[in-house]
Amino acid sequence: MATMDRNAYSLLLAEITSGLWLTLKYMFKQPVTVNYPYEKGPLSPRFRGEHALRRYANGEERCIACKLCEAVCPALAITIEAEPRDDGSRRTTRYDIDMTKCIYCGFCQEACPVDAIVEGPNFEFAAETREELFYNKEKLLSNGDRWEAEIANNIALDAPYR
Amino acid sequence: MADFLRNFGLPTVILVAEILAIIVPLLLAVAYLTFAERKVLAAAQLRKGPNVVGPFGLFQPLADGLKLLMKETVIPTGANRGVFIAAPILTFVLSLIAWAVIPFDDGMVIANINVGILYLFAISSLGVYGIIMAGWSSNSKYAFLGALRAAAQMVSYEVSMGFVMVSVLLCVGSLNLSAIVEAQRTVWFALPLLPMFIVFFISTLAETNRSPFDLVEGESELVAGFFVEYSSMTFALFYLGEYANMILMSAMTTVLFLGGWLAPFGWMPFTGALGHVWSMFWFFAKIAFVLFCFLWVRATMPRFRYDQLMRLGWKVFLPLSLFWLVATAGFLVTFGLLPGQG
Repeated sequence: MATMDRNAYSLLLAEITSGLWLTLKYMFKQPVTVNYPYEKGPLSPRFRGEHALRRYANGEERCIACKLCEAVCPALAITIEAEPRDDGSRRTTRYDIDMTKCIYCGFCQEACPVDAIVEGPNFEFAAETREELFYNKEKLLSNGDRWEAEIANNIALDAPYR
Repeated sequence: MADFLRNFGLPTVILVAEILAIIVPLLLAVAYLTFAERKVLAAAQLRKGPNVVGPFGLFQPLADGLKLLMKETVIPTGANRGVFIAAPILTFVLSLIAWAVIPFDDGMVIANINVGILYLFAISSLGVYGIIMAGWSSNSKYAFLGALRAAAQMVSYEVSMGFVMVSVLLCVGSLNLSAIVEAQRTVWFALPLLPMFIVFFISTLAETNRSPFDLVEGESELVAGFFVEYSSMTFALFYLGEYANMILMSAMTTVLFLGGWLAPFGWMPFTGALGHVWSMFWFFAKIAFVLFCFLWVRATMPRFRYDQLMRLGWKVFLPLSLFWLVATAGFLVTFGLLPGQG
């Protein structure tokens, strides 16, 4: 009897029909697609995207050239050179991030005592040449100016958990 | 001169017009079949499919075609140039010439020959040659292995397909495709010959190298199978040929089992020209349904392993179709239903 059952089961293509029925049902479900360039998925405040160097509200750059980020960077992507400025404060003369080396671990942001270097919410910075991905201080500061509102909001949202 | 024009010129012009009237819509259908495939697969996987080029992505096939046209035709140094170029052309041509005998409606067929089904069978068997030529002339191990697989697979499944066709022919008593359709006025053969219909459908999947029997181009082991080395239009010809073959096989399934152009239950509300349109509508609707089943199966089944494929072909389908052939013949003889017997 069991043999007959088994044979009938396979001869009547029970498995195949149930499989086909399943895919047919799925064809009428709502797609889960996020229509990417027009729609975007939600991002966590902790999202680690493109780097930015922030400024204080008065326009003074935050970075004090402590080089903690350079030291902590596991990919050795950050290069910093520093000198005292004319007013005696310690500032960077060079702040480069090689975005092709960066692994987006976020250690630089965690190491920074003044919240100067942060990873912002921007992930759409693909470039056509490698050279465009070697960010210098100017590029990072302009990123900071461009994304300041979002970055400040993210830091505020994440602050309770720090 | 006038005689010559009347006897040869005019028929030639009419014939060319008829051929164009089939090939141009066929190529359009092929283009949109690729689109439909992507949409059906997307729907089954809860995706949207192409939706950017044109309204609902409807111009996607044109964009794809343009892309293929613009690319460079690469011919590998080790390849046998002549055969390498001839293979895609052969595949494509074979998928087109079979349409000569497909009846779209009563009398609407280019060549209403009495051996229509044999012609179709011969043409679909020749399809193997394009693939073998491609695989051999590419001088690449992946292409060669893919071609070997394709040859073995297509030859194996042709055997059981042949038996299925014979059982249909037993019920009809003619090899003419229009006669086969006319014989289904009372009932479509899909019902009385249901097991044969299923065997035939699965064999057409194997014959066109479609999923779940697409291990000819199993990318996990053979990259792309017999057409790895092809690019640009040579690749496009294979692609067009594959999809044109799918449509052809669907048309064959429709003619043999789904009553060709006959509307369900003999439902003919129109006569005259509109009646022709009505019949052709049903023919195309049935082809579209079978094609949907092709895509549906592709969305459902994982790929077969090679030994499973051979086992299914030789140890399941061959005995099954042989048994049903004998059973059909016995039934027809016993009840005196054999065409031309009474």
